[in-house]
Amino acid sequence: MGNVKIGERVQRKEDRRFLTGSGRYVDDLQLARVTYAYFLRSPHAHAKIRKIDTSKAAASVGVVQIFTGKDVAEAKVGGLICGWVVKDKHGNPHKAPAHPAMAADTVRHVGDTVAMVIAATADQARDAAEKIEVDYEVLPAQINLAGALDPKAPQVHADAPGNLCYDWELGDKAAVDAAFAKAAHVTKLDLVNNRLVPNAMEPRAAAAEYDRGTGNYTLYTTSQNPHVARLVLSAFVLGIPEHKLRVIAPDVGGGFGSKIFIYPEETMLTWAAGKIGRSIKWTAERSESFMTDAHGRDHVTHAELALDAKGKILAFKVDTIANLGAYLSTFATAVPTYLYATLLAGQYTTPVIYCNVRAAFTHTTPVDAYRGAGRPEATYVVESIVSKAAREMKIDSAELRRRNYIAKDAFPYQTPVALTYDSGNYAPILDQAMKLADYAGIDARKAAAKAKGKLRGIGVCSYIEACGIAPSAVVGSLGAGVGLWESAQLKFNPTGNLQILTGSHSHGQGHETTFAQIVSDKLGIPLDQIEVVHGDTDKVPFGMGTYGSRSLPVGGSAIMKAADKIIAKGKKVAAHLMEAAEADIVFENGTFKVTGTDKAVPLGQAVFAAYVPHNYPADLEPGMDENAFYDPSNFTYPSGTQICEVEVDPDTGVVDIVNFVAVDDFGNIVNPMVVEGQVHGGIVQGVGQALLENAAYDEKTGQLISGSYMDYTMPRADDVPSFKLGYEVTPCPHNPLGVKGCGEAGAIAAPAAVMNAVRDALAAVGAQDRIEMPATPQRVWAAINAH
Amino acid sequence: MTMSVAMTVNGKAVSGNVEARTLLVQFLREHLGMTGTHVGCDTSQCGACVVHVDGVSVKACTMLAVQAEGSKVTTIEGLAASPEKLHPMQEAFRENHGLQCGFCTPGMVMSAIDLVKRHNYAVTEEIVRHGLEGNLCRCTGYHNIVKSILAGAQAMKAAGV
Amino acid sequence: MKAPDFAYARPTVLSEVFDLLDGDGDVRLLAGGQSLVPSLNMRLSAPSLLVDINRLPGLSGIEARDGVVRIGALTRHGEIARSALIAERLPLLAMAAPHIAHAAIRNRGTFGGSIALADPAAEWPACCLALGATMVVASRAGERRVAAGDFFTGLFATALRRGEVLVAIEIASPPAGSVAHFSELARRRGDYAIVGLAAQVARAEDGAMDPRLAFFGVGDRPVLAEATRRVIAGGGGIADAQATLGRDLAPTGDAECAGATKLHLARVLLGRAMAALRTRGDA
Repeated sequence: MGNVKIGERVQRKEDRRFLTGSGRYVDDLQLARVTYAYFLRSPHAHAKIRKIDTSKAAASVGVVQIFTGKDVAEAKVGGLICGWVVKDKHGNPHKAPAHPAMAADTVRHVGDTVAMVIAATADQARDAAEKIEVDYEVLPAQINLAGALDPKAPQVHADAPGNLCYDWELGDKAAVDAAFAKAAHVTKLDLVNNRLVPNAMEPRAAAAEYDRGTGNYTLYTTSQNPHVARLVLSAFVLGIPEHKLRVIAPDVGGGFGSKIFIYPEETMLTWAAGKIGRSIKWTAERSESFMTDAHGRDHVTHAELALDAKGKILAFKVDTIANLGAYLSTFATAVPTYLYATLLAGQYTTPVIYCNVRAAFTHTTPVDAYRGAGRPEATYVVESIVSKAAREMKIDSAELRRRNYIAKDAFPYQTPVALTYDSGNYAPILDQAMKLADYAGIDARKAAAKAKGKLRGIGVCSYIEACGIAPSAVVGSLGAGVGLWESAQLKFNPTGNLQILTGSHSHGQGHETTFAQIVSDKLGIPLDQIEVVHGDTDKVPFGMGTYGSRSLPVGGSAIMKAADKIIAKGKKVAAHLMEAAEADIVFENGTFKVTGTDKAVPLGQAVFAAYVPHNYPADLEPGMDENAFYDPSNFTYPSGTQICEVEVDPDTGVVDIVNFVAVDDFGNIVNPMVVEGQVHGGIVQGVGQALLENAAYDEKTGQLISGSYMDYTMPRADDVPSFKLGYEVTPCPHNPLGVKGCGEAGAIAAPAAVMNAVRDALAAVGAQDRIEMPATPQRVWAAINAH
Repeated sequence: MTMSVAMTVNGKAVSGNVEARTLLVQFLREHLGMTGTHVGCDTSQCGACVVHVDGVSVKACTMLAVQAEGSKVTTIEGLAASPEKLHPMQEAFRENHGLQCGFCTPGMVMSAIDLVKRHNYAVTEEIVRHGLEGNLCRCTGYHNIVKSILAGAQAMKAAGV
Repeated sequence: MKAPDFAYARPTVLSEVFDLLDGDGDVRLLAGGQSLVPSLNMRLSAPSLLVDINRLPGLSGIEARDGVVRIGALTRHGEIARSALIAERLPLLAMAAPHIAHAAIRNRGTFGGSIALADPAAEWPACCLALGATMVVASRAGERRVAAGDFFTGLFATALRRGEVLVAIEIASPPAGSVAHFSELARRRGDYAIVGLAAQVARAEDGAMDPRLAFFGVGDRPVLAEATRRVIAGGGGIADAQATLGRDLAPTGDAECAGATKLHLARVLLGRAMAALRTRGDA
């Protein structure tokens, strides 16, 4: 492949290996003298471990070693940490109960790890695990979020009284109350944001090796951020110095947030590999993934919106209870606070906003960031209540939105909930979406549907997100334990080809192509002369990884910065070679030229000269290898409008999506093909949340009822239509690519778009306020028939 | 219980000693080192493990290795004529961005080929969407997979495969 | 994906199967394995011996003989879906086949295996009931025939006795002018039915209908709606039939769907079936 430009639909470099079965995922690794781990898990939501008898299991065929929580505690292995300190409304840090890598005396959710069996084969490890006898004293469990903060509820942690992790607020309550007192109209809404299981198709997996000779550890793991994993395991959990632990995240089969976090399994594998001096491998079975991958969402919210008589929003107040599960996952505290309440202004000029969030522990799987992380929850609240207000005030819902949009000349725009939006232009997006959706024709389609006994509805959702996460100083001031810059290294080889080393990690996003594409454009190098290297802490500079739609805005910007350094150094080399002044050198299409002359030195020649510096500037270091770290000055603010149209069968409650439109502003677009793919995938995850998916627990036993692909109904190809997409472009003003990030938009907006459509359909029979996600046929039918 | 098993995989005769409980997918991945066929679930729902056994698609997690005794098995590794010359369906997935993380992809491609052959190349969007009922993807939202298979069907017909 | 250890046998004659079934321990037949192997993978079953009957001769295939269509127990769902004979003589089965699981599963799963498993939400048992099928059961003592109505005895329970093997299903061709109807509601296509209806409807020249209506997903086994049949045969309209259905069905609810909702959905399927049959040109 030759040179490519930003904006081209460049086909992906990584596809050939994936399409021929040559990808290398963690479970594909073949390690010498490998053993296999199986984790015995708690069948109870809450119990005391009275005794564990491993004697029969230890004698089972193939067993190498068995570890229990007691062994881990005696070895003083540190607990897993939460890396974001949220201060409550009184300024106190959140409650941070211990999260041992393996439970020693108490289990707190079904699936909590109780013992680790290491054997010669995976089957033998499981055979042996079945012979471990655990004497549990089963205790009462708090499964539902509703009631979790009740003083009489069973307690998850002794050091978190009332199951309260924090009671947090954002915004000016007094100003909001004052605005409500003057409102012409107040809309009230109660919502449940259903718990979801991320369900990357590749189950979590890990393999750990220990080299006795050097004392070095290697952990292969399904991670979105191998350096963060190394940092946490080194500094907080295992005490292995960072330079003695190598973390490799090879091909990773999807993440959606769930592979950001540091889990007990890879922790135990790394520790145990050192103990037994052999490599150990573990791959989750899907049922384990359901029980132990951090879940997403799970909010209960009451919201009120104050408007004047013309539909102008005056104030907004939101009261949310968020479920954190049994333990704090790595970034759990930030999701329902700084990634949620800060987005409650949406695309609107709402002058005052107040949000109160109480986060609760329950005896369920930990909850953390899942695609969108806080922003889908915020969007669902904002966009549901705006549509409800429109219905109540008999104003068209698109029109009500338009009346409240932040004007295009109002940027940078300071919202009342901390963020400063950098750019945007919302009205043309709505116009384009309405056109693509034939919004004007909906009444005729509703009438046609009615004639055949069906209910049609149309739903609009205008979303905003803060991504490109994000300025280190800002997140630090909000409690983040890390900086959120990104690193890049552009390493030329003497023969002129180039390796891009990035701290971002691709697990489906196509970085190997798009990162190469921006460099091909910037430096004029053919695509096949560029290799993107990621996911190995021994190869790439310390990096923060991929989440929050940050890879291109932050990681891509670091690459651009490193490319600028390459050009700057190349200019010095070229000036020397052409015996010209450095100030007279320009760089165009991969060539250094002396302005006003026909003298030229291709970049490749400058690179060669830098590595074979026989004729070279005396004061310049040899080599062409530049590092850059990029710390953004603000979040990025992608925005857009989705319009969904549904047809409901009132006899069966079946909801059919008949049309779906998404128009987005992602700033500049590097590879439209890849961006479309991100939008499609995000939309379907959002549709899944709205219509199909629900992590439902048995409220007595704490068993996950929807704990397999039979029961947890993920969208399949025939549950969704093809999509109509459109774009508006307002470039991000503060990063070198002008990009905003596109990974989460679909999932952020779709739940509200679908549910607003369902509610619009159900409004014909007065059932619009009786439906929650997922709007399954049974729920829809029940809503219609609840008289 | 250990047994010997012999079959043909991608045109090559292979054999091995396996436990009776060894699944076909485990035999492929762990005994033959052919890790292109993936395991994404334990309930026969996700389709990441689809291979062809005697010409038709089968979930390799739901068939014992010993049951494939004497069978002809084709996996994702056996489709392309060479590393450069992809099967038309593989090529269609590449051209239409029908994959992201790549994990479901081998099963998708194997199912797609079986689907297209079953319908004698005459597939529509509706047939493709229904025909993918046994394959889950969490990345693409299916839009581009459907597009890929429609294009791949044409290309297969044109190439006579 | 980590099945428990078990022994495996692959007999090539039926007498060997009977010998193995006489053995001690939990001996299970392995046909298509599309339900059994996942249950092994999740360690929900732990048989001591699996008897793989896939290589037994004569247990597979579809043939017409003596006025019946005989379907070998090992016939795969996919073969039934693609069979011209089935499409012509027993279109109900051709209509039902695409609703069974997924293509790759239909390529392995067997007709007999599904019937012997007797999942109350499965399609084939209901079709057999609607078609008045006869199950051919073999044992060391010889063959016996069991009517579909007597075969399904409860939740995953059948009239099969220890030592017996279901070898074939015989189905008489429906009378001329008879039409088939199949419909089901599931969370997603290919999922287990919430409620389903397999119907074989005899029709007189004057348009009078005599429907055998087999509902599934409504209890511990498929149910023939006999009272409803009489109402329809007596000239009752859709509303009469729907009202009567409550006498035939008493669905139990599950996590997804309450019993009363299932009865409602069964009535919806019945109404739509009757409306469709009335407008069908070929009927």
